[in-house]
Amino acid sequence: MKTFLGYKRPDGRTGVRNMVLVLPTNMCASDTAALIASKVPGAVSFHNQVGCSQVPSDMQYALDMMAGFAANPNVYGTVVIGLGCETCQADMVVEEIRKRTCKPLEVFVIQQMGGIVNTVSAAAEAVSRMVKDAALCVREACSVDELLLGTECGGSDPTSGIAANPTIGALSDKLVADGGSVILSETTELVGAEDILSARAADENVRNRIYTIISRYEDHFLRNGEDVRYGNPTPGNKEGGLTTLEEKSLGCIHKGGSSTINAVYDYGKQIPCDMKGLVIMDTPGNDASSIAGMLAGGAQLVVFSTGRGTPLGSPIAPVIKLTGNRYTARTLSDMLDFDASSALTGEKSIDVLGDELYELVLEVCSGCRTKAEILGFTETAVMRACNYV
Amino acid sequence: MINALLINLSDNVAVVTEQIQKGGRICFMCGTEERTITAAETIPVFHKTALRDIEKGHEVYKYGCRIGIATSDIRQGEHVHCHNVRSPDARIDS
Repeated sequence: MKTFLGYKRPDGRTGVRNMVLVLPTNMCASDTAALIASKVPGAVSFHNQVGCSQVPSDMQYALDMMAGFAANPNVYGTVVIGLGCETCQADMVVEEIRKRTCKPLEVFVIQQMGGIVNTVSAAAEAVSRMVKDAALCVREACSVDELLLGTECGGSDPTSGIAANPTIGALSDKLVADGGSVILSETTELVGAEDILSARAADENVRNRIYTIISRYEDHFLRNGEDVRYGNPTPGNKEGGLTTLEEKSLGCIHKGGSSTINAVYDYGKQIPCDMKGLVIMDTPGNDASSIAGMLAGGAQLVVFSTGRGTPLGSPIAPVIKLTGNRYTARTLSDMLDFDASSALTGEKSIDVLGDELYELVLEVCSGCRTKAEILGFTETAVMRACNYV
Repeated sequence: MINALLINLSDNVAVVTEQIQKGGRICFMCGTEERTITAAETIPVFHKTALRDIEKGHEVYKYGCRIGIATSDIRQGEHVHCHNVRSPDARIDS
């Protein structure tokens, strides 16, 4: 059985990082949270673009992302920073977090603390205590069946669909065969592949859910006079060699491999520990918000394919980036972790590349840092009711 | 020299990884076995070529899945693209 060195959490989950999260409940608390995190090495934060001036359906995405980040197994504990007058009130965020996890949690509200300086002072002390306690956690051998892997593609080029995504697909199949779990995301990319995906559904309910999330997504665009089905493949895609929508979508959904699809989750909803195998999450194609949804679902890491090269990272999880484009791998090596281009020259099979990527995944899960982690990149976005593509 | 990629063994098209001129050799791995066909016309880089004859109305397979229907007879080594393949989705009039 393959293993990695992870952190066992009190709620039964297993992390691959040991972060203390300073969580701003909305945009107005984001700079204060960043200031707090900057005072204590070992703490992380991010700019939260949502959390206020939202209608209920939109706010629920924000709440799920925030609660999911706090409950993510890479996070030891969370210090919530609220402003006081925002839509996503700190106590609502705390309530959502407590539905998901029993891990350490503290809250500070800027307007109640008497300003930013007082909040930073008190919260930094709380964060320091949490970082000190977190340091006592030690990595221990964990089975790969405890891994929940998110998959993503962005900045794609013609090599993505024929080298990088199939390599991720090989990894997905291997991880599922070893008892682990994989999330296929980006509903945008599922349009046109619904019949192929539904044929792989575990049961009637999953089959219906696949059709539901795709038609819901299309309807959303149609209400705004946009048609995602007819615009694809784009002229640029066709020039790159893609002939039909099915072909384009297949290149993307290949990331999930060929396993049975066991469940379909809404954006940012917590995926239970005992849900194994391949699942779908309804996320937008926008990379940062899709990744945030999967991390909120409990993914400990994300494997991300890119053709053009993208610097994206995450505050709470490693994002392993690979490319099938040899030129990109060579020229953008400071943002790419794995080169799958040898699939195109026949030097290595997709299967061999899948094994090599699997090895890298286990090293990263055991603590080896990704390029985005080394540079400290933390891009984060959240799905909106007015959807990203 | 390998210059094309067969993604799934059940596929009837391969993707070329460099532009191949008419009459040029298209060389790909089929499992562990190396195979060669001849380009019947110029195939642009990352575009598809037929590995065997595909009759009009028959399915085009890539990734082990149906990606389209041939709208004319396609010979081995010919360029497979929008001019001779349509989406199997009846909703799309391409």
